[in-house]
Amino acid sequence: MRHNRIAARFAALKAEDRAGLITYVMAGDPDLETAFEILKGLPAAGADLIELGFPFSDPMAEGPPIQRAALRALKIGMTLRGTLDLVRRFRLEDKDTPIILMGYTNPVLSYGFGPFAQDAAAAGVDGLIIVDSPPEESDELSEALDIAGISLIRLTAPTTDDARLAIVVKRTSGFVYYVSVAGVTGVKEADAASVAPAVVRVRAASNLPVAVGFGIKTPERAAEVARIADAVVVGSALVDEIAAAAVTSAPAAAKVLASVSALAKAVRTARLDVNVTSV
Amino acid sequence: MNAPSPNAYTAYPDANGRFGDYGGRYVAETLMPLVLELGRAYDEAKNDPAFHAEMSGYMTHYVGRPSPLYFAERLTQHYGGAKIYFKRDELNHTGAHKINNCIGQILLARRMGKTRIIAETGAGQHGVATATVCARFGYPCIVYMGATDVERQKPNVFRMNLLGAEVRPVTSGTGTLKDAMNEAMRDWVTNVDDTYYIIGTAAGPHPYPAMVRDFQSVIGTEARAQMLEREGRLPDAVVACIGGGSNAIGLFHPFLADEGVRLIGVEAAGHGLSTGQHAASLTGGRPGVLHGNKTYLLQDDDGQIIDAHSISAGLDYPGIGPEHAWLHDVGRAQYVSATDDEALSAFQLCSQLEGIIPALEPAHALARVGDVAKELGKDAIVLMNLCGRGDKDIFTVAEALGSRL
Repeated sequence: MRHNRIAARFAALKAEDRAGLITYVMAGDPDLETAFEILKGLPAAGADLIELGFPFSDPMAEGPPIQRAALRALKIGMTLRGTLDLVRRFRLEDKDTPIILMGYTNPVLSYGFGPFAQDAAAAGVDGLIIVDSPPEESDELSEALDIAGISLIRLTAPTTDDARLAIVVKRTSGFVYYVSVAGVTGVKEADAASVAPAVVRVRAASNLPVAVGFGIKTPERAAEVARIADAVVVGSALVDEIAAAAVTSAPAAAKVLASVSALAKAVRTARLDVNVTSV
Repeated sequence: MNAPSPNAYTAYPDANGRFGDYGGRYVAETLMPLVLELGRAYDEAKNDPAFHAEMSGYMTHYVGRPSPLYFAERLTQHYGGAKIYFKRDELNHTGAHKINNCIGQILLARRMGKTRIIAETGAGQHGVATATVCARFGYPCIVYMGATDVERQKPNVFRMNLLGAEVRPVTSGTGTLKDAMNEAMRDWVTNVDDTYYIIGTAAGPHPYPAMVRDFQSVIGTEARAQMLEREGRLPDAVVACIGGGSNAIGLFHPFLADEGVRLIGVEAAGHGLSTGQHAASLTGGRPGVLHGNKTYLLQDDDGQIIDAHSISAGLDYPGIGPEHAWLHDVGRAQYVSATDDEALSAFQLCSQLEGIIPALEPAHALARVGDVAKELGKDAIVLMNLCGRGDKDIFTVAEALGSRL
């Protein structure tokens, strides 16, 4: 069986009694080489897992930052195949950091579920998040990913009730991604007070680690969530920095990686700072 | 009661919202519980005689139904073939078939206790119809409209404002109908407790394709009965234009079991299918997933959606309702196309011969009606849905014909 980088990483985090930092960036944003430089630098900057977005023309669940990132990536000709190429290059240097691709159904369907799963596994992809593929529509995709040994990571939301949660987590592997706000990415701010009971609810339904994302922008907020969840996802805030750097011709990679370091520091020390243990 | 046989055309969608391989519910998890709730609420309403009685009252006294079945005598003479009939849905309140669906959905929204209405619009017809029912029933209304379309369709933006709706220009993506639909979905996912999304066409996640079809089926149900009364028989062919396909499925659906009736949908071929600048998803696209359903889409090799082009803003959409995708694959309906230029000619011909200025959308259907009438011959009958009036299009047409207003 394939080495399971996601399970190994969460086991290591548990042993250290700390939450992990999951960083999201878009493949090809703002250009191919800068995107690769960022990707390559993420583990050293403190990212424990990496979510790599592949662009789609119509990202229905994204707020303006990631919408614009997708358009920038499409403009330089980034594709799902190009995204797999980036992962392949990354894997030449890093054999351990889990990479999870995130995007929408149509590019994967267009590639073909079976061929995509095989190629993604060969490139070194560990997991897949497809925003617009609820369990009811995922049988074919799940089977293809199972054969290739890639985890299908599912989102649960504030609107997911207990009955539905059982259905959602049933075919999830790797970890469960709790969407902390009802809304698109990067607009509303997550509220730690409402996230805590939600994480308890997800844990009761599944033995998998729980990552929390959508609406976590600052080290302070990341630290709050790191005290209650197994991992914290930050995306739009990083993507916004890439956009800002592109405008001012600043070195985007250095800026983004510095922010990742700050987030990582906050996440790594969160449970030491206060007398709050994991719930 | 006889259960429909599993292969009966009218038995779809199945419990999962599938028309064969098409349809479904491809939405983010946050929306999934809402889509399921909507499905349950619609099933209850559908089986409640009181819901139908109330809808029927508004259809009669507010919309002005039934719309007439009209024998287009001079066009029939002009083409010299089959008798051509128009179903006059352009005579509805607000000037198009869109209001049929909006009445149904606003009553459902009220039944569900929702307090805020959102919609997407391209040309503005669905936006105007939504703003109209929101005014009538006292709901705040937000209409998402591509920034490009806001600029092209200023009179409709003003109409929506007069009706009390807020029109939000959408600049994301390419600023057209598909982006307006993305933005409406984003609003819905952000306002999950109080908001009802009135989708204007027979597409989107289940139950929308089935629900919009059911509300629009009043067109075909009336036309079928009117034709039987008038001619003592069914038409040989029925023809309708297709963007998302709501007027076409509303006309086709009550004829699906009448296997002798040919169903012909006309897509927008824009500058021509070979130019790549068109909106003919069935003729020039392939199956994919967008806006919550699996259907035929205009897309590139990587699965990125390609912008549609049509002179008619109402047909300017890169997808098509999933039931049409299925009817196409199983061969029950036939799908052809008409270019911008052909639609413009038909627009003028209908104005001059029948004294009816059609919308540019049904002008596409009209552009193929002559061929069908000639092919079927004098003893045959062709029925076409004149789904909208052309007042909204006079600026576009004037520009295309080189006149200045």
